[in-house]
Amino acid sequence: MTPLAAGPGFLSPTGVEIAFVLVGLVTLGAAVITVTTRQLVHAALWLVVALGGLAIEYLLLTAEFIAWVQVLIYVGSVVVLLLFGLMLTKAPIGRSPDADSENRWVALAVAVTAAVALVWVVVDAFRTTWIELDGPAQGSTEVSGQFLFRHWVLPFEALSVLLLAALIGAIVLSRKSGKEQR
Amino acid sequence: MHLAYPAVLAALLFCTGLYGVLARRNAILVLMSVELMLNAVNLNLVAFDVWLRDTLHAGQALTLFVIAVAAAEIGIGLAIVLMVHRARGTADVDRLRDSVESDAADEAAVKSAEDAAAESARAEAAARAKKAEATA
Amino acid sequence: MTTTTLAVLVPLLPFLGAVAGLLLGRTAPGFVRPLAVLPPLAAAVLAALVAVRQSNGHDGPRAPIDAATQLTPTGSVPIDLALHIDGFAALVAILVGVVATCVQIYSTSYLRDDPRYPSYAALVSLFTSAMLLVVYSGDLMVLLVGWEIMGICSYFLVGHYWETPEARAASLKAFLVTKLGDVPFLLGLFALAVDTGTFRITGVLDAVANDGLDHPTLIALLLIAGVAGKSAQFPLHTWLPDAMAGPTPVSALIHAATMVAAGVYFVARLLPVFAASAAALGVLAVLGAITMVGSALAALAQDDIKRVLAYSTIGQLGYMTGALAVGDRGAAVFHLISHGAFKALLFLGAGVIIHAAGTNSLAAMSRMGGLAKRVPDAYWTMTIALLALAAIPPFAGFFSKEAVLVAAEHTAFGESDIAPGAAGWVVLVAGLLTALLTAAYATRLWLLAFRGRGPEAADHGRQPLAMNTVLWVLAVPSLAFGLTVGVIAPWLDAGSLAPTVTTSVLGTGVALVGGLVTYGAWSHTTALAARTPMGAVAAHPDAEPALSEAEAIASHTPVYGDIASAPDPADPGRLLLGRLHGHAAAGFHLDAVYRVLFQRPVQAAAGLVRFLDREVVDTYVRGAGTGTRWLGIAVRGAQTGNVQTYLGALLAGTVVLAIAAVLVAAGA
Repeated sequence: MTPLAAGPGFLSPTGVEIAFVLVGLVTLGAAVITVTTRQLVHAALWLVVALGGLAIEYLLLTAEFIAWVQVLIYVGSVVVLLLFGLMLTKAPIGRSPDADSENRWVALAVAVTAAVALVWVVVDAFRTTWIELDGPAQGSTEVSGQFLFRHWVLPFEALSVLLLAALIGAIVLSRKSGKEQR
Repeated sequence: MHLAYPAVLAALLFCTGLYGVLARRNAILVLMSVELMLNAVNLNLVAFDVWLRDTLHAGQALTLFVIAVAAAEIGIGLAIVLMVHRARGTADVDRLRDSVESDAADEAAVKSAEDAAAESARAEAAARAKKAEATA
Repeated sequence: MTTTTLAVLVPLLPFLGAVAGLLLGRTAPGFVRPLAVLPPLAAAVLAALVAVRQSNGHDGPRAPIDAATQLTPTGSVPIDLALHIDGFAALVAILVGVVATCVQIYSTSYLRDDPRYPSYAALVSLFTSAMLLVVYSGDLMVLLVGWEIMGICSYFLVGHYWETPEARAASLKAFLVTKLGDVPFLLGLFALAVDTGTFRITGVLDAVANDGLDHPTLIALLLIAGVAGKSAQFPLHTWLPDAMAGPTPVSALIHAATMVAAGVYFVARLLPVFAASAAALGVLAVLGAITMVGSALAALAQDDIKRVLAYSTIGQLGYMTGALAVGDRGAAVFHLISHGAFKALLFLGAGVIIHAAGTNSLAAMSRMGGLAKRVPDAYWTMTIALLALAAIPPFAGFFSKEAVLVAAEHTAFGESDIAPGAAGWVVLVAGLLTALLTAAYATRLWLLAFRGRGPEAADHGRQPLAMNTVLWVLAVPSLAFGLTVGVIAPWLDAGSLAPTVTTSVLGTGVALVGGLVTYGAWSHTTALAARTPMGAVAAHPDAEPALSEAEAIASHTPVYGDIASAPDPADPGRLLLGRLHGHAAAGFHLDAVYRVLFQRPVQAAAGLVRFLDREVVDTYVRGAGTGTRWLGIAVRGAQTGNVQTYLGALLAGTVVLAIAAVLVAAGA
């Protein structure tokens, strides 16, 4: 921690910062396209870009294990699941003119207001806070394994039960009833 | 690195997800937006964990848990969407309006109440006629 | 058993009989008839026993029995369960018991197939019990209880044939009109209690004797209103003719011998209270005179045999009122008792005739030959009773009516100073005129009913034994009760009730004139009867008597166009009354007057209230409903069913709250 009252200014960014901002812009752009595009399948693919961008951000923040987990789980499985969902619900391929509901202007107002308020508060609070990225690795696989299985074993195991329950629940919900099968 | 960069990025991503949740019609796109919001939170968690240099690494642990829970959530959510689609033939959120209060529903309720009253009155009259018959 | 215990049992037994009859009526039909007949019979026997115990040889009764017990303190003026048995009470109780027993026995045959017989018999017993309570009670509040029970029982009994609209209307009318009198009656009782400080009759009489009454005229007039309602005196008599829509035994019990007698009996008991005000006696005399003459004229024009008898009852009650107005309660109660006997007989006989003829219309009967041969018992006993009604010596009515006329004459000529002389003249003149008219309508009734010419009356076999026996039982006092005039006088606090030569000659003379004139008119008109056939008979002549009577009552208005009269040119009453006939048949249009005075205003007020309720009050109620509904419709607009809308509103609110919280925390 370096509680510098007047840390390095924003006008002289380091290389990491430049990389972070560029990747962040790509991520944000991908996210915005995800929620605005009229082609549903494209939305899922743009989501892959956004999530992958986030994985890079994790790497830049030295949390490499989480970055790989992000790539594995989100990009590897969640998005695939979402694509399967789109296909199973016969989502139209190509542009669908009514992808957004008539609620969108309210949604936009709420989102912009919330964004302005959050950014203002965050900037106001953390204007001068500096993250020291050097030093011992904080998110390597070794470190992650140590803290996970030393301090967080019990929640980890509980989480496995949750995953099992979700697995069974998903199967029960999505299987057709016996009558329909016959 | 300034903490403001990841924090602002997280805030903007969160609001983008928020917009998506409120504006998208397709339920699967809504789920995607939810994923965006969760990831914004994850970014925050990781950034603050790195900044605070927590010995327990609570932020990173929580990020892992959130990822796991999100995976479970997406599984269940997709199952529900599939079921709805199978039952209703649509996965559009704004077409699932069973809880809407309409004039027709109100009038139907009033009419059924009146019918019940008229029915009970008829039954009473019938009982009275029967009684009178028995007395006579 | 002491005499007091016996006296308590007299009203109690019919009451218990009534309760048992109501409880067992449906479950144990076999007990209904014994339960109906035995309690009144026992009450009659006990009442006779009480009278015998009270008797003191030829000197009249012993000192009155006064027994009282207080159940609970009732504030400033105590109310006691009290007995007061003097000569009046003892004799009237016997009359009530005997008539009630006769009526119950008669009813067992008359309503033999009636599905509502159990409740009918129980109500008759309850009615008897209430009348006996009135007779024996020594406390005005307890008397009022019996008085009102009679009112409600008469409502139920008159409405016994409630399937017919006439009976429904008549029962309501009887109830409302008597209640119209009962309200001032109740106020009069309260005023009396306030003035004298007690509800006990003995206490009231003591106070009156000591000039303890502050407002005698007011009290007397208030009480007279109640008496006029109950005893069917002008102008509250209109319910009685209509009450003939009830079964005949009920008419005999209620409207001849008991309920209407209650008013007269009440005045007789409290006569000193009325005598304290000359104005009250004057009012009583005028009411009695109007009632007598008017009802006699009306009776001459009626077509329904029972309505003739009803108007005759009103007239005879007018005689009693007249006797009270001249301050002679002995004569009044004497006439009450003898009238009770022969009028019960007349009604019960009329029931037999209605059954035999299958109609209640005199016009129809006058076109039937040989009705007298079909019902010989009714013929002979009715003849006796009509002679008694017309006051022909030596029948009972002669002596009692003479007693009234003698009392009026004494007052008129100043030999008695209780009442003003003018009252005596009014009663005397009206009494003689009424004697003429009474003889006339009695003759008309007899001639039309028994001397009809035309096809033979249908033969329904002999009338039931129970009905005929009762007729003969009642014929005995109708025939011979007058001969007891010497014995009975001391019981009724009277010096002498014997007729004097002047009034006898006058009274009998006018009665004979009335009878002969009517006979002459009848022989003149009867030839017309054959030329104008009319009349209708009941559809089920062989059913129980009550059913054919109900059918006769129900068919009178459709057949003849009126409940009271028939367009019969062969009616001697039409010839005798001339132009007056139409007015007399309609009861001198008093009902029309009531309609204008009370019915229309009440209906208009009801219409106003209905309008206010529907259009004004309900508007607020409806407005409350409609306003809430509109509010609901407005709020419903938010309930789109779209989850995204809900969520958007929720998050917008959250953002606003969060910004507000931040601003507050930042101190902005």
